[in-house]
Amino acid sequence: MRQGRLSMSALELIQINLFSPVILCFFLGIIATLVKSDLRFPEPLYQALSIYLLLAIGMKGGFAIRASTESGILLALVSGIILSALIPLWAYPILRFMGRFNKADAAAVAAHYGSVSVVTFLAATTFLSAIGVHYEGFFPALVAVMEIPGIIVALLLIGRSREEPTPWFESFYTVLSGKSVFLLIGGLAVGYVSGEQGMTKVEPFLIAPFHGVLCLFLLEMGMLASRRFGDLKRVGKFIITFGVLMPIANAIIGILVGSLIGLSQGGAFILGTLASSASYIAAPATIRLAVPEASPALYLTSSLAITFPFNLTIGIPLYFTIARWLIPA
Amino acid sequence: MPVKTQTMKRISIVAEAIIAERLIDDIIRLGASGYTQTAAEGRGSRGVRASEWEGRNAKIETIVRPDVAEKILERLTSHYLKNFAVIAYTHDVEVIRGDKY
Repeated sequence: MRQGRLSMSALELIQINLFSPVILCFFLGIIATLVKSDLRFPEPLYQALSIYLLLAIGMKGGFAIRASTESGILLALVSGIILSALIPLWAYPILRFMGRFNKADAAAVAAHYGSVSVVTFLAATTFLSAIGVHYEGFFPALVAVMEIPGIIVALLLIGRSREEPTPWFESFYTVLSGKSVFLLIGGLAVGYVSGEQGMTKVEPFLIAPFHGVLCLFLLEMGMLASRRFGDLKRVGKFIITFGVLMPIANAIIGILVGSLIGLSQGGAFILGTLASSASYIAAPATIRLAVPEASPALYLTSSLAITFPFNLTIGIPLYFTIARWLIPA
Repeated sequence: MPVKTQTMKRISIVAEAIIAERLIDDIIRLGASGYTQTAAEGRGSRGVRASEWEGRNAKIETIVRPDVAEKILERLTSHYLKNFAVIAYTHDVEVIRGDKY
């Protein structure tokens, strides 16, 4: 069975990904907006679901690190930090000179691509479980550290040219104390310290219902993304192309880095997916305050309405196919 | 005996929720003794909010002395109006216990 799954064609991989309940709920959300359904998530519910997911991922990662004998976590963390710090360095000139963006817009978009998307990470791990491929348990820690550097580097890129620059450490603090990094790192610590015994206690609430909660969350994400589709016409062809090609390029780099540092096939695939993903929670909140002159329509549309749906549907099976080429199971 | 009232300014600010904390810090620093914040929804010339899924809009109201009102409006003009979705307006209001403000 397992052998059969690993030899699946790219088409089968796409099918498995698209027909998972999580991704189908995302489409359901898109349809809800398109047909102007009165379906609405109350704001507190959205907040509660995101808190649940972030804490659960963090704790799951903490338990996994505690239980595992895998080495290489430090190397993976350092590589993740460097990778997400470097991404804005090539995204920025592309946006600035090929896309003819002004400095603020270029840096703002670059920051989003340097940072990562937690939900894309979850979709990637869901995909791996569906096809029965193993990955290293320390990835939630990587997600937490990869949220920050891209944003800081992008801010440094434009920092000097501005009248009233926000000091980078202020933004560093904003991201670090923001709920996503806080809950991920906090959850990791709680999971690590409480260990297997702790895990048994919280399993029925935090682990077992996880995918169901993720379905609800993606339903809302589908609605959020499709509300942005109207902006696609406004933002122009360049950013649409960028929103598809940039993640593919970053995924390939991420997978290569993963294979260089000796991650498993599944691990390299996840590192690639993280590198390809664009943030739409930590980055927009930080950038809106630190670079208010940048247009939210540009950075939100590209990360939420282009890159996120692309990664969720085509990106994930594509990156896995690439990882499978490069790294034998 | 009629209740003695005093004329003060009420400033109402409707802004994207992401800057609410900053606005409140500024308002208090400029001399307001309190404020009321409520969640608000709506649309304006800028259309949808950047932070539309992280708390839509915030409405912040404060009652202050006219000189403080002036300072707050100046601060809004110099630091917020250009880049953020903000509207602000003032009213004259009659308050009791005018020394409270």
